[in-house]
Amino acid sequence: MSTVAPDRTPQPRDPSSGPGGAAAPAAAPVKQRAWKYPVVYSVLALASLLVFGLLAGGGKQTTFTFASRNDFFTIPPLPVPSKATCVALGLVLVVLAAVSIWATFTRRRLGVWFPLLFGIVFVFAFLTWSAAGAGRMPVTALLAGALALSVPLIFGAMCGLVGERSGIINIAIEGQLLAGAFLAAVVASALQNPYAGLFAAPIAGALVAVVLTFFAVRYWVDQIIIGVVLNVLVVGVTSFLFSTVLTQDPATWNARQQLPNLPIPLLSDIPVIGPVLFNQNILVYLMYVVVVALQIFIFRSKWGLRMRAIGEHPKAADTVGINVNRNRVLNTLLAGAIAGLGGAFFTIGSGLAFGKEMSAGQGYIALAAMILGKWNPMGALFAALLFGFSKNLANVLSAIGTPVPSQLLLMLPYVVTVLAVAGFVGRVRAPAAEGKPYISQ
Amino acid sequence: MKLELSGITKRFGPLVANRDIDLVVEPGEIHALLGENGAGKSTLMNVIYGLYRPDGGQILIDDRPVTFSGPGDAVAAGIGMVHQHFMLVPVFTVAESLALGYEPTKGMGLLDLASARETVRTISERFGFDIDPDAIIEDLPVGAQQRVEIIKALSRDAEILILDEPTAVLTPQETDELIEIMKQLREQGTSIVFITHKLREVRAVADKITVIRRGAVVGEASPESSESELAGLMVGRDVHLTTDKEPARPQDETFSVEGLTVLDKAGFVVVDDLSFGVRQGEILAVAGVQGNGQTELAEAIIGLREPHSGTISLDGRRLGGDSVKARLASGIGFVPEDRSSDGVIAGFSIRENMILDQYDRPPYASGLALKPAVIREKALEKVEEFDIRLTSIDDPISTLSGGNQQKVVLSRELGRELSLLVASQPTRGLDVGSIEFVHKRIIAERDAGTPCIIVSTELDEVLNLADRIAVMYRGRIVGIVPADTPRDALGLMMAGVPEDEALARVADGSAVTTVSQAAEGDLP
Repeated sequence: MSTVAPDRTPQPRDPSSGPGGAAAPAAAPVKQRAWKYPVVYSVLALASLLVFGLLAGGGKQTTFTFASRNDFFTIPPLPVPSKATCVALGLVLVVLAAVSIWATFTRRRLGVWFPLLFGIVFVFAFLTWSAAGAGRMPVTALLAGALALSVPLIFGAMCGLVGERSGIINIAIEGQLLAGAFLAAVVASALQNPYAGLFAAPIAGALVAVVLTFFAVRYWVDQIIIGVVLNVLVVGVTSFLFSTVLTQDPATWNARQQLPNLPIPLLSDIPVIGPVLFNQNILVYLMYVVVVALQIFIFRSKWGLRMRAIGEHPKAADTVGINVNRNRVLNTLLAGAIAGLGGAFFTIGSGLAFGKEMSAGQGYIALAAMILGKWNPMGALFAALLFGFSKNLANVLSAIGTPVPSQLLLMLPYVVTVLAVAGFVGRVRAPAAEGKPYISQ
Repeated sequence: MKLELSGITKRFGPLVANRDIDLVVEPGEIHALLGENGAGKSTLMNVIYGLYRPDGGQILIDDRPVTFSGPGDAVAAGIGMVHQHFMLVPVFTVAESLALGYEPTKGMGLLDLASARETVRTISERFGFDIDPDAIIEDLPVGAQQRVEIIKALSRDAEILILDEPTAVLTPQETDELIEIMKQLREQGTSIVFITHKLREVRAVADKITVIRRGAVVGEASPESSESELAGLMVGRDVHLTTDKEPARPQDETFSVEGLTVLDKAGFVVVDDLSFGVRQGEILAVAGVQGNGQTELAEAIIGLREPHSGTISLDGRRLGGDSVKARLASGIGFVPEDRSSDGVIAGFSIRENMILDQYDRPPYASGLALKPAVIREKALEKVEEFDIRLTSIDDPISTLSGGNQQKVVLSRELGRELSLLVASQPTRGLDVGSIEFVHKRIIAERDAGTPCIIVSTELDEVLNLADRIAVMYRGRIVGIVPADTPRDALGLMMAGVPEDEALARVADGSAVTTVSQAAEGDLP
């Protein structure tokens, strides 16, 4: 997310490549300065300084609380004067915006840290201002809820990027999440064991992927269309079974089962983030493993190299003896299983019974997280956390009572999604061959 | 290793791409396979490389018959191939490209990239290539990408290397370097099959030449044969490689470009502050390697791209914000670079394709209605005039060969009074016979007093047509030189060397290339 797009050597050859090129003029085409980012930063900084700081009423306090369930190490609540804090944070933002303008002038690149820092300061200013009336801002609960809302998104985004890096566009993540949630709930309930549901969920996700790849790879059907159709199909099938079988005998087929929390010793005692990250059920720990493993294996293993090759230039892979379609099918099935696991979080991961259409569009937000994360596991992880955070922020703010109307707050995650996908990603580049069926002679 | 093909036949439906082909490649030999586009050279090579299965015949390696069920088998048998369109993943590093398909691993399926880097370095050193194993493919110049492909083949112990049209994307200087590499490989015992339709290069490097026409071997030739002999074999009749033309009689300068700058979608400057003029009755050829801004220049003139700054004037009037349609109406004829995507509509009939830009005006239309009888009559006239070979003007244009499709495009663009002709790559993918015809028509248009801009990456075409030559490099014009400028100087300018220096270097003999030496003296 640098403010200046990376310098690029375009098509024309490097002057040093030819024997006569030594004295060639270095007439490399230059990028025009990009003013999009400094403008956005400046507007946000000034708005924050004015609205949150100078124009807000004085004399109020905001208290950040850090309560958690264990008392091993407790941070006392932190009260700050609302207006003064907001003005100070607003000034910091103005300085940051100035840095960004300076960087654009001097054609310097700012790292990923810059938008992150700007975002964090901005969010703090916003929190301080919006909790000014109510008084208390529960930081730990805010973060814990954000993680919980992010888990299905993260699994979904991992599913999307494994598929797309192999060249198969997977719009059916939504359906795979829902199928995973359904089968996990039913199997866990029937066997009265939440862990049984954990094994069933990936199978449900992979089954949806079987249909997807069958039509995409065998019959070259447009992948976006099959994806959308599959989503509707899964909604139909699960709703039908829900209203017939599940509602007739909920005790057998749709009883609540919950994966127990398994606190990790020591780590879960770290203040604030300990209970958020390390006092979770096995599904969350699996998510950590999946993200880290994908990050390593996509970029540094034989499997990942082949996956990226068939998603970027399948013919090149074919000429070195890689079976493109077989690899695409296997990777997409694996991706489906990952999404299925994510779906399990809706039911057995949260201790809820299955409900109609309970995935509620999260599969599409997962796709946005994948794009915002530039098809990188770690990037998608942070993007999904951002979406989860903004959604939970809306929940928390409407609970504590803020000056912002609740309808606007409900829009927050989607506004963040649209802004993020539209402009803040910088130059995104999807795998070159995604969505194109590979047909060999 | 000796490679022998005996009676290879390959069909695609009713089309016979290769008919009963016999070919022997001896160890340590550079064997050129010469033929026009569509003659079946690439099909044959894909058969050898295991990408296509032959419908008849046999491949023998060291006199033993082999069958390949995929490229993997061919590689294992010691055959390497450098495809015309490189088989490299643009976002990979050189080392990753080398590893793909033959990955060295170190447990858990993790890549051992260190060993791949080492292989790149070892082979680079052996042949004096300067390739960084950690460079990203898309950042490398085309010539270096080709070397990566060669390293890939050699790292798999290829004893026979197939090079499919390797010089199509190279500057003349890079072509010379490639020829040196080929000779070096031959000395080390590697056989090379060199596929091309460029006569000059064949004569510079080949030990043996096999000529293919319409899918069948039509003869062998020695590198001593003259270019017109080879061309005759390739086409099947006598051809004139150069077009006779009168000296230009240029009149007023009616078209000019001032300070034109064009940006691409990402905001990079692709045409950089260009200024030039073209006079009536003159051909200005824009030479340069593909991707140096020529496409964007042509598109800016016709209005497909909005310039960032600068002006384009025709007949004393600024074109400014005129739409493409208005520009066509003011008499600009435009032959696009990519015929199949921009020049014709594949599913439309030939007569419909002939009026794509004039369908709504007399004589083809009155008011809202088309006049089918007029359209038909004019189409038949054009077919006659442009010698278009077809069964019926009602057939879809996709049924025609590339050469005939291009004649349809030309008949449309040249079939009315023009104030400017812009033709990009007017003969790309055409056979020698059609090239001759297209060149004659363009010269006829010039003689009728139209200013002409011809964009071409083929130096032969530029030299054949041009009255003046503008050489483009990285979006700028390196120099505008007369048509009799030495080929070597143009080659240097295409690599970015300024005009004066290029001429000086050629004059003192330090830049005479292999290819032009080989070609000296016997141009027909």
